[in-house]
Amino acid sequence: MNYLKKVYLATIFLFLYAPIGVLIAQSFNASRYRGHWTGVTLDWYEKLFDDTRIAEALSNTLSIGLLSAIIATILGLITCMAMKDLTRKWRATFMSITNVPILNADIVTGISLMLLFMGMGLKLGYVSILLAHIVFNVPYVILCIMPQLMALDKSFYEAALDLGASPFKAFTSVILPELRPSIFAGFLLAFTMSADDFIITHFTKGAGVDTLTTAIYAQLKLGIHPEMYALSTLVFFFVLIFVLLFAINRRKLKKYEEVF
Amino acid sequence: MFNHGTRNLLLTPFLIWAGLFIFIPLVCIVWYGITDYDENFSLINMGLIFERGYLDALKLSIWLALISTVICLLLSYPLCLILTERQRDNSTIISLLFILPLWMNSLLSTMAWQTILEGNGIINQILRLFGLPALQMINTEGAIVLGMVYNFLPYMVLPLYITLTKIDKRILEAARDLGANSWQTFVRVILPLSLPGAISGITMVFIPALTTFVISALLGGGKLLLIGNIIEQEFTFQYDWHVGCALSVILMIFIVLNMILTTYFDKSHEEEDF
Repeated sequence: MNYLKKVYLATIFLFLYAPIGVLIAQSFNASRYRGHWTGVTLDWYEKLFDDTRIAEALSNTLSIGLLSAIIATILGLITCMAMKDLTRKWRATFMSITNVPILNADIVTGISLMLLFMGMGLKLGYVSILLAHIVFNVPYVILCIMPQLMALDKSFYEAALDLGASPFKAFTSVILPELRPSIFAGFLLAFTMSADDFIITHFTKGAGVDTLTTAIYAQLKLGIHPEMYALSTLVFFFVLIFVLLFAINRRKLKKYEEVF
Repeated sequence: MFNHGTRNLLLTPFLIWAGLFIFIPLVCIVWYGITDYDENFSLINMGLIFERGYLDALKLSIWLALISTVICLLLSYPLCLILTERQRDNSTIISLLFILPLWMNSLLSTMAWQTILEGNGIINQILRLFGLPALQMINTEGAIVLGMVYNFLPYMVLPLYITLTKIDKRILEAARDLGANSWQTFVRVILPLSLPGAISGITMVFIPALTTFVISALLGGGKLLLIGNIIEQEFTFQYDWHVGCALSVILMIFIVLNMILTTYFDKSHEEEDF
């Protein structure tokens, strides 16, 4: 039985990692064409740093990801604070409104936002992509923060008020530190969703502005530039190292907690 | 926590935001869907669903999305049960390994499946090595389903895994003490308790699978059209917004049905949380 379980886990892992293995292999492939192996090269990594279009798409992805995650986190946090005090029925109503962009299909969200932006006379480009990303990021932030906020004991906050703190001071020194893990999780999730989004960006971007995903989509018909494989490989290993460090740290922290 | 005035003040930004960026856009899409080029009310564009083979595309989308959702569900249950069993240190690393592929750009990894499945692809080269006949895998419905399962499996695994970890181990022990074998424990205890997670997983997989145009474009070879492809083409090639919006509105009917079903099943779960 135990053997079967291991085989099952291994099969799923193979399924999940096979395409990633192919992409990494392609980043070292001397041939420009997919599925044509002509030897090992590091050329694409070298060329990656000269490619201004990729650099521009990358900087758009990062800046839109960061900005949309920051704004969505602030808006989400304020909304959560207000929703905590609503009656259960109103809170449920509000939560279903906030969830609309997650539950709705990306293609519908993308098209409807495009219609709005064009109706408003907003030129499709960087700003419209940023606004669209905030729209779908806010619900992710709320989903992360709300459960922890609901579990929070409000007597600490009230104690701070009784001891003479202003509501703002009580908020920043009592509630905010308690919520830090979920705020961080919401921010990270929002950034990830923004960086990986294609469909909504596809409809809300104008000509001339590209994020990494739309740049990749534009290359699909004529063949992906191998520099893209090199970039994804670098990103993948960067995240892998980050995740491993995080896991090791957590394990150390756990041991530390067990000692005391 | 706050007085009513402060609370309402804090709610204002979101209300304005939701009105402008959630409500009005949906009104826009419905408006375009039910009007013609002279901005008169007309259902002609909605009626197009019965012409030009659009209905076939919709049927195919629903069918493939259903198959993918069922496969995701069947793969996730054993997977999540194994993961929850292995509590302790290992499980964090194993679960992180499941999240990690999400960081690879999904367009690129879906395209990598082309390299694996195509006529001269990796699987066929291996088959040839053993003298076996080549298989036609790319540009089939099966390839699209595979792409859907690959892309959306994590959306099923994550909610299911979270609800399974929340089940009190003592309940399972009690079931065993009362004489239930592992199959009975699964069907009568684990399955009902994990239903909320499974249902949110089903929505999270079914909706993107129903509405995708990327996976079918990459793995269907442009011959197998899903409803998403047709809508996308109306906007990027035909520039016929009214038709595109009308088809989107039809798609929204399915999404709303799905939402109603989920909230109906999710009710018991929500009350526990708050």
